[in-house]
Amino acid sequence: MSIKDEGFKRYLGKKYPETWRDMPIAAIVPWPGNTAEVKTHAWRTIKPVIDQDKCIRCRLCWTFCPDGAILEVDEEYKTSSGRVFKISYKVDYDHCKGCGICAAECPVNAIEMVPEER
Amino acid sequence: MSLTLEKKEERKELRQVVSKRIAATGNYAAALAVKDADVDVAAIYPITPQVQIAEKIAEFVANGELDAEVIHVEGEHSALSAVVAAAATGARAFTATSSQGLEYMHEMLYIASSLRQPVVMALATRALSAPINIWNDYADAFGMRETGWIMLFSENVQEVYDNLVQAFRIAEHPDVLLPVVVTLDGYILSHTIEPLEPLGREEVLSFAPKRPRGYRPVLDPDYPITVGTLGTPHWYYEAKYQQVVALRESKRIIEEAGREFGKKYGREYGLIEEYMMDDAELAFVSLGATASLVKAAVDRLRKEGIKAGMIKLRVLRPFPVDEVVKALENVEAWATLNRTISYGAAIEEPLFTEIAAALAVRGIVKPMASFVHGMGGRDIFVREIVEMYKKLDEIRKSGRKVKRTYFWGVKGHDPEEDQAM
Amino acid sequence: MVWAKFLGVRASNSRGGTMPRIEIRFHGRGGQGAVTAAESLGEAAILEGKYALAFPEYGAERRGAPVLAFTRIDDKPIYEREPILEPDIVVVLDPSLPPQIYLKGLKKTGLLVINTKRSPDRVAEHLRGSGLEPPRCVASVDATDVAVKHIGAPIVNTAMLAALIKASRVVSLETVKKVIYDRFSARPRIAEANMKVMDEAYEETEVVCL
Repeated sequence: MSIKDEGFKRYLGKKYPETWRDMPIAAIVPWPGNTAEVKTHAWRTIKPVIDQDKCIRCRLCWTFCPDGAILEVDEEYKTSSGRVFKISYKVDYDHCKGCGICAAECPVNAIEMVPEER
Repeated sequence: MSLTLEKKEERKELRQVVSKRIAATGNYAAALAVKDADVDVAAIYPITPQVQIAEKIAEFVANGELDAEVIHVEGEHSALSAVVAAAATGARAFTATSSQGLEYMHEMLYIASSLRQPVVMALATRALSAPINIWNDYADAFGMRETGWIMLFSENVQEVYDNLVQAFRIAEHPDVLLPVVVTLDGYILSHTIEPLEPLGREEVLSFAPKRPRGYRPVLDPDYPITVGTLGTPHWYYEAKYQQVVALRESKRIIEEAGREFGKKYGREYGLIEEYMMDDAELAFVSLGATASLVKAAVDRLRKEGIKAGMIKLRVLRPFPVDEVVKALENVEAWATLNRTISYGAAIEEPLFTEIAAALAVRGIVKPMASFVHGMGGRDIFVREIVEMYKKLDEIRKSGRKVKRTYFWGVKGHDPEEDQAM
Repeated sequence: MVWAKFLGVRASNSRGGTMPRIEIRFHGRGGQGAVTAAESLGEAAILEGKYALAFPEYGAERRGAPVLAFTRIDDKPIYEREPILEPDIVVVLDPSLPPQIYLKGLKKTGLLVINTKRSPDRVAEHLRGSGLEPPRCVASVDATDVAVKHIGAPIVNTAMLAALIKASRVVSLETVKKVIYDRFSARPRIAEANMKVMDEAYEETEVVCL
């Protein structure tokens, strides 16, 4: 038997409850990975902007980001000096909280924190 | 007629199943129930007077009689944490404690019940420090009332075993999922040899079967869930209300378990037990092994022609309010006898406040009083309970209002003095 | 035996007869096995189909300190969970305990079972000499001697149980022997030695009723 079985479902309530009856038992969260649904971008007052030309694809920003908000994407990029990278780093602006750790860690100052305006 | 016959036949069969009568202490009975329930995880920090439960379970495991994980913990807080975590993985989990040990695990008591983990605990009741005292009273158990646990009190060694067997079934029932504590009076049950008819593993596992893992939410790497989340003001209250409802509804399952236990093994259990209540004019409400003494007092009073009766609360939480009200409806006066003090309370005996409130909201008011005795293992003698009944009789006849708890047996103290205050 | 007849106690193996409640108090010193004696007696009664409560005077047990233990036996379930203040039988494991203490509350019609070299008559005489009234029946046995002979240590509880049974017949010697044997089943040599102790003490016990 597993969580997918019917007998189990009575305890799970609704993913977005409206009343006490809809709430999962003991306030458990039986919806793995749901943190992605929480958009934390509103916490941000400054945002990181990556200069793709300066970026050396060292992956340090991706490693240090406490929120997993640096994305490594399969996007080819040719720098102005003619160097070709198979990947690029992008910021997940839905979840980036603007802490600036990526900018601080970047060894080539390719990330700039710019004031957020919405 | 045929029904009775059938019942008799049933009983006969049952006797054959359960005829093994042994002599055992309450602690041994508790350990035996744990063994027969085939517990998966036990984490117990030894404390007097519960030590033999821990010892015996460890011995069962060492001898290969019980296939369980015994977790050696450094204190009661960890003991309960460990069994709560074990239960969260789907294990049948057990712990036991007493007195200061229960206080040390106090914050985890709330977590066990609010995480809805069906752990079972044996509590050898014992007084709280200071002064240091290892003997019996109910201060530790009564401190647990607000923690959201189901609480079963045992009157004798047989009930310790039977209550624990039922506790596993109740706690793990899909309609309940709450922790259950079973008390045994420190020393008075934990260390007293009495007759015991254990059921054996086969019977216990048929009465309280282990359910397939995953019938309730458990920690499973293949389907992760988060347990122990943050409950913001937006949703905390709703989680609490779910607990209110769960505890209320557990009553039905407790009753059902007690009834079926009676059908199968000849010893029926209700939420309360009434003793000589059919025509009783004076009734005392008590619980635990103290109820035995009250029964003995009732026997003596009946010989004197006084219509005495008594109500034993087997279940303290959820409080069997309808049953108690019904039982007290027709008596002329009632009182409580308890071994704990609610310091500074409106009435310093906590059982009384609850029952009086339950009656009052139903518009039932009659002569009533509350008695405290037996603190820290002070012996209560049957003759003293007879005196209490006579005090209640005097209150009934005079119609005077007793506004404060009678502290019976305090050296140099006349309990009537408090009434003047 | 005479005491048993006086109380109307039937031999424990006779079925169907009712027995009045019997309350027994054990006096010993920590380490002599008074608690084990009370428990074993209770267990034997339970195995014979009776109801029993057996419990020590709970406290911080220490070797050498005076110890009390109680056994209450009845045909019916027992509700009285109070200490025994007026016992029918007092069993004294250690003759160095003051009689003013162990005789306290013992019923006049009761039985005193004591570990001593003195005969029951001499015990009664000695008690009277101290201004105390001996109970109706007195039984004595040199339990220390018997215990040291077979066990090699003055652990007299099993000898005193045998003496108690000879004088009172509250349970049968066979049942108590079985209980004691099972208790020591992991150590057969000690179990066997105790069987010898019980047989010899049973033989040696003298009972006198006034």
